[in-house]
Amino acid sequence: MPFLNWLKRHFVVIAGLLTLGYLLLPNVVVTVFSFNRPKGRFNYEWQQFSTDAWKDPCGVSDLCGSLSVSLQIAFWATLGATALGTLIAFALVRYRFRARGAVNSLIFLPMAMPEVVMAASLLTLFLNMGAQLGFWTILIAHIMFCLSFVVTAVKARVMSMDPRLEQAAQDLYAGPFQTFIRVTLPIAAPGIAAGALLAFALSFDDFIITNFNAGSTVTFPMFVWGSAQRGTPVQINVIGTAMFLVAVLLVLASMVISNRRNRQKA
Amino acid sequence: MATLTEAPPPLTPTAPEKKPPRRRGRFTPYWLLLPGILWLLVFFALPMIYQASTSVQTGSLEEGYKVTWHFVTYWDALSEYWPQFLRSVAYAAAATVLCLVLGYPLAYLIAFRAGRWRNLIMILVIAPFFTSFLIRTLAWKTILADGGPVVGALNTLHVLDVTNWLGWTAGDRVLATPLAVVCGLTYNFLPFMILPLYTSLERIDGRLHEAAGDLYARPITVFRKVTFPLSMPGVVSGTLLTFIPAAGDYVNADLLGSTDTRMIGNVIQSQFLRILDYPTAAALSFILMAAILVMVTVYIRRSGTEDLV
Repeated sequence: MPFLNWLKRHFVVIAGLLTLGYLLLPNVVVTVFSFNRPKGRFNYEWQQFSTDAWKDPCGVSDLCGSLSVSLQIAFWATLGATALGTLIAFALVRYRFRARGAVNSLIFLPMAMPEVVMAASLLTLFLNMGAQLGFWTILIAHIMFCLSFVVTAVKARVMSMDPRLEQAAQDLYAGPFQTFIRVTLPIAAPGIAAGALLAFALSFDDFIITNFNAGSTVTFPMFVWGSAQRGTPVQINVIGTAMFLVAVLLVLASMVISNRRNRQKA
Repeated sequence: MATLTEAPPPLTPTAPEKKPPRRRGRFTPYWLLLPGILWLLVFFALPMIYQASTSVQTGSLEEGYKVTWHFVTYWDALSEYWPQFLRSVAYAAAATVLCLVLGYPLAYLIAFRAGRWRNLIMILVIAPFFTSFLIRTLAWKTILADGGPVVGALNTLHVLDVTNWLGWTAGDRVLATPLAVVCGLTYNFLPFMILPLYTSLERIDGRLHEAAGDLYARPITVFRKVTFPLSMPGVVSGTLLTFIPAAGDYVNADLLGSTDTRMIGNVIQSQFLRILDYPTAAALSFILMAAILVMVTVYIRRSGTEDLV
């Protein structure tokens, strides 16, 4: 049985590619259905090819408004979480201090907590404080849950850094500030960038925590959620497809740039 | 003889944790920590305390709530919603196992077999993240639609007969059944399994495989005795990263399931946002948290990787 032997030898590759197919299948469906002209309110069945939705992505009321709300929140949440998280990561890696264990657990816990528990408890706090639910409560929540992920990403990078590089800089009479700006920060930058990217993606895509703490503010995921009940416009698929393409292009671009830089160094 | 059954020590000596050097400024680390930790204390720890107090309150929305140490709420919540709790654990466990079974080959492929395709496959694993997960979950409605190609194929292969008998599907449909919910959960949390698996597989020294092969181990034995044990940290963190969010998720059960597949997340969500019964909702989310903490602790102890936490 040559076929069985071939199957045996390439089992991992075949199984892996099948999983990859499972992961990408919904994206293919989203892309294909962005060219659909649905009958009725829901875009779940293929009817007819059309590029209408691509020509007019903002044609549905509130869709682009919710998109802009999500982008703003993701931007500020990324900024906030990255700043706070980087400081914590440096403190944890570079210093010995008493509360280190406690701080580590406080960072770990939000990542190990089901989102619905955090969402519900945050809502209890806001209700008790009588806070007005909306943009600010969403932003506060997003910074909170992105923070741990940024700390983890930056910590990993700073930990693998060779301390001798900084010592060398100081031997060459660089002051602490100069050392930090010229040596430490550039080396830590990829970790900080990874943390920021993660924070942006998490915040932009978050539904559960936002759903609890948004009040009447509508973010993009909440718009999609609502549309699953009321009727899904094709434009949602257009935005989804565009997001996927932008992500692939961004990653490809960053790889090309880093490849070129490596070649220049060599 | 007990020592023989224990896992052998890692072959590459792990470097002892470097002690960070002492620096000038005794208070510098505290200043660095202050803003972030304060944020977490006020918006993560404090809410938990508020929720704890809410769960032992009685009253109504109109008259206001008072702390009365009414612990019966917990008992009532548990006795009323235990099917949803059980279902959450069962679905999350099924999804976690499926993620492991499906994710391991892909992680292995990226780590050892992909060659120059490695970066491309990596991008294809991560990029779907950027399409809103709600949009992708809705796409499953199309994929699993009644009378669609997937249901048709399962029907022809008589898979649906088996799943109907097991109670995972109902009649000629997959949507609105447990199978659809587990499929959605598996899909949504698969990347959280693949990435830690990949990280731990990538660290394995390829020479260990060669050495095992030189000692006449068959590929399956190499996997069982060398690769899999060395990837345990990835397996543990991957299963935790899929199980915990899957147990609390209510999006998949809502979009792909029916009232018969409601998970505890759905109950908490409707208690909090629709019924506005805050004490019950708070008690439910505390029970969920406690259940997960207990399961995770036992699991970490059992798997012998306590350094994870």
